[in-house]
Amino acid sequence: MSAPVPVSLLVNGEPIEALVLPRLNLADFLRESLKLTGTHVGCEHGVCGACTVRIDGEIVRSCLMLAVQAEGASVETIEGLSDSGEIADLQAAFRERNALQCGYCTPGMLITAQDLLKHLPVPDRQAIREHLSGNYCRCTGYQAIVDAVEATAKMRGERPA
Amino acid sequence: MTVTRAPAETLSVLDRPNSYIGKTVPRPNLDRLLQGRGQYVSDLELPRMAHVVFLRSPYAHARIVAIDADAARRMSGVIAIVTGCELEGVIAPWVGVLSHLKGLKSAPQHAIAVDRACWQGEAVAAIVATSRAAAEDAMEHVAVEYEELEAVTDMRTALDPATPVIHAALGDNLAFERILDAGDVDHALSDSEVVEAEFVFGRHTGVTLEPRAVVADWNAAEARLTIYQGTQAPHMVQNIAALHLGLREAQVRVVCKDVGGSFGIKVHIYADEMATYALSKLLRRPIKFVADRVESFNTDIHARDHRCRGRIGVRPDGTITAFEIDDLTGIGPYSMYPRTSAIEANQVVNLVGGPYATANYRARARVVFQNKNVMCQYRAVGHPIACSVTEGLVDLAAAKIGMDPVEIRRRNLIGDDAYPCASPSGMKFEQLSHHASLAKLLQMMDYDALRAQQAGLRARNIHRGIGIASFIEVTNPSAAFYGVGGAKISSQDGVAVRLDAQGSVICQTSITEQGQGSESLTAQIVGSVLGVSMDRVRVILGDTDNTPYGGGTWASRGAGIGGEAALQAAKALRQNILDVAAAILQSTPAGLDIVNDSIVNVDDGGTPRIELSELARIVYFRPDTLPPGVQPELMATRHFVPRQFPFAFTNGVQASWLEVDIETGFVTLLKHWVVEDCGTIINPQLVDEQIRGGVVQGLGAALFEKCIYDERGQLTNANMADYLVPMSGEMPDIEVGHVVSPAQESELGAKGAGEAGTAGAAAAVANAVNDALRPLGATITEIPLTPQVILTALGRI
Repeated sequence: MSAPVPVSLLVNGEPIEALVLPRLNLADFLRESLKLTGTHVGCEHGVCGACTVRIDGEIVRSCLMLAVQAEGASVETIEGLSDSGEIADLQAAFRERNALQCGYCTPGMLITAQDLLKHLPVPDRQAIREHLSGNYCRCTGYQAIVDAVEATAKMRGERPA
Repeated sequence: MTVTRAPAETLSVLDRPNSYIGKTVPRPNLDRLLQGRGQYVSDLELPRMAHVVFLRSPYAHARIVAIDADAARRMSGVIAIVTGCELEGVIAPWVGVLSHLKGLKSAPQHAIAVDRACWQGEAVAAIVATSRAAAEDAMEHVAVEYEELEAVTDMRTALDPATPVIHAALGDNLAFERILDAGDVDHALSDSEVVEAEFVFGRHTGVTLEPRAVVADWNAAEARLTIYQGTQAPHMVQNIAALHLGLREAQVRVVCKDVGGSFGIKVHIYADEMATYALSKLLRRPIKFVADRVESFNTDIHARDHRCRGRIGVRPDGTITAFEIDDLTGIGPYSMYPRTSAIEANQVVNLVGGPYATANYRARARVVFQNKNVMCQYRAVGHPIACSVTEGLVDLAAAKIGMDPVEIRRRNLIGDDAYPCASPSGMKFEQLSHHASLAKLLQMMDYDALRAQQAGLRARNIHRGIGIASFIEVTNPSAAFYGVGGAKISSQDGVAVRLDAQGSVICQTSITEQGQGSESLTAQIVGSVLGVSMDRVRVILGDTDNTPYGGGTWASRGAGIGGEAALQAAKALRQNILDVAAAILQSTPAGLDIVNDSIVNVDDGGTPRIELSELARIVYFRPDTLPPGVQPELMATRHFVPRQFPFAFTNGVQASWLEVDIETGFVTLLKHWVVEDCGTIINPQLVDEQIRGGVVQGLGAALFEKCIYDERGQLTNANMADYLVPMSGEMPDIEVGHVVSPAQESELGAKGAGEAGTAGAAAAVANAVNDALRPLGATITEIPLTPQVILTALGRI
């Protein structure tokens, strides 16, 4: 085990300086060091998508990345996306449609759905289903999530530019 | 929605103005989860908290010769390394049996293995350290010397004389056997066409997205243990923890906030959780255990894993004359505690043939021990087995006599006017609606058009299938499930409702929330009955110190039992409020009502008289202004338990429409329909989402999910990449319809809905696959229906 090394990064817009063990993964860093527990850990091997965060605008599984690899990066978690209001409409659609039950997959699901809507503003249902396929949900059966994402896309499309 | 009974002549408390019953309203407090501000146990940290990891047996069956932890103990951050022998003095072992399951036997199980490990994954030592990483580092330096023993893995040979007996003191590997013989099966089969098949069900598990997690905090100064655990049954955990730690229940508090998925996985008490409670007591500090995903696969209960031979007798006119089954299941080395591992097989015996009027039924079920992970109750316990066997046989019978699958069901399903009645296995049905449900399903799916489409595509070598599966479902269990067998698992629930000093309502309930909507349905019922808006109702659950005593949320019981307790408590509080209001307003309780948060007159069209906040202000701060002798009681508590029926059976029917690629063996699910009857619907959206979520877990079992063990008892796919669960891309849209036959035993009339989807989904898919393959001469009675299984059946590999 090597000695701690310094990292500096932005987390939800806030500059963070920390000493971390090189082996510490980003998910554990966010949860245990920064207490940002909205990033969930489901499988710890990059399959379930519960730990999805956004790094420099791209979605990433934070369990598959080391904290030291985030040096100089801008990391956004569900807490940051919630407080900025960026996904308020998507969250409202999830609430309205009951697109979450236990809520454990929800932060990752929201971040992944927002990623889809940024890249493909009017996705059809199959495109939504495909894009969310890396995010497991054991509660809902997915249909309500697909409905909520579809409804958000529609609302955003109708919003005056 | 079809309602099978005329509404009562007078309006019930559920039909009051602005009632929330039957309305889709968003669940309260979802923003917490949507913003990542939930409080799951895995998020919890306490002062002085240490972390435990468990060193687990790599062998399915091995004697533990020696454990050398000296090097590990010297490592940085290590607090303690504890073996099974050392922990035995802190927490007593247990035996997972229930007295009403006659003959059920099991061996004493320890929190950490003593002398012998009986499955790959059983804990053999606990490593406690200042961080999980430090504990895992140290774990690698704990040396265990094992002597590998022969593992019993194949349930088919578990009872052979040549197979080793896992627990010598038990005499054999048979945990439980049940035999049932009703009517005259031999006679019925003697003058019928008989179809026979063996149905094989893969072992699978729940895969809750948040693994099992517990923080145990023994406060030596208070002599009190607080357990933070993602559980469906807090009072059960309290009872068991106290019993085995030698404490009184009052010394144990169980707190359960957000739970990242449950599905029956978190209704049990696991050895590693018991060990965590004991370690906290031993080390006098908070200890946290969070299973990692490999541990989840190796230690979360598994389910199903049945092989069931079935026979059905049918006459040329479609009359089903008899069902017969011989079911075999392997449950691992111990019967789980405290609910036991015999319940699933017992349910299979109870439920096979259940939707049908056939009186002749013979069944045998055998439950055997093996050196694999423990098996126990998971969502829809036994129902998917019973439904797949029954509905598979019915389809085979229909094919044998050349009858449409819908027609044979029409001719044999119990008539909607035949209730109350009982099944050959003794199950009592108050009111079911098989025919109304089937009729509705056929209409929703446009059955005839789909058949025409199927025929047209067949000509183009596209193989699509339609599968139908009727089912019955056990909900709202009375004490018949566990209490009569001696388990301290409550079948009653309690709700306390009070009006606070600003006229809001605080409601404490013993049912729990894992995302089903327990909080919402409680607030909807209380708000409706009281006449208070839902945003003024706060629901508290998941805390044994702060809720009435009760069972929790499992076996589709929360809405039907906890909901009725909420209704009765709210009625009592409403009466108390009206008594006070009458005193304040110089009126009579009967002359007043509560509507939209205000006391109103009944007889003049509802003129508001006084806001609840004003009433509360007077009661709490100016009681001196009340008439002499008036003592307001702005809190009421009520409990409820079903007594007339052991279970409130629900029913329904599912249909699957799918395509089989006969070149690759892949199945594409195109559409799924469900019609179900859960009695009074409190929140249609929540019911539909329970059905959809349940269906998808059943679809996972049908197509993907299987714990694959090798012959030495090694689980070979204990990770999420190799154990397949349904993903959004491959799931169909699911259309849900309802028939409503309210339960008569309660004023609310609600039955359970959380497991119905899982009960019938796999049967519908299997029947659809066989429907697609029938012209090709293939029949499959095994799930999961993997490409390999399908191509093998087609003779292509």
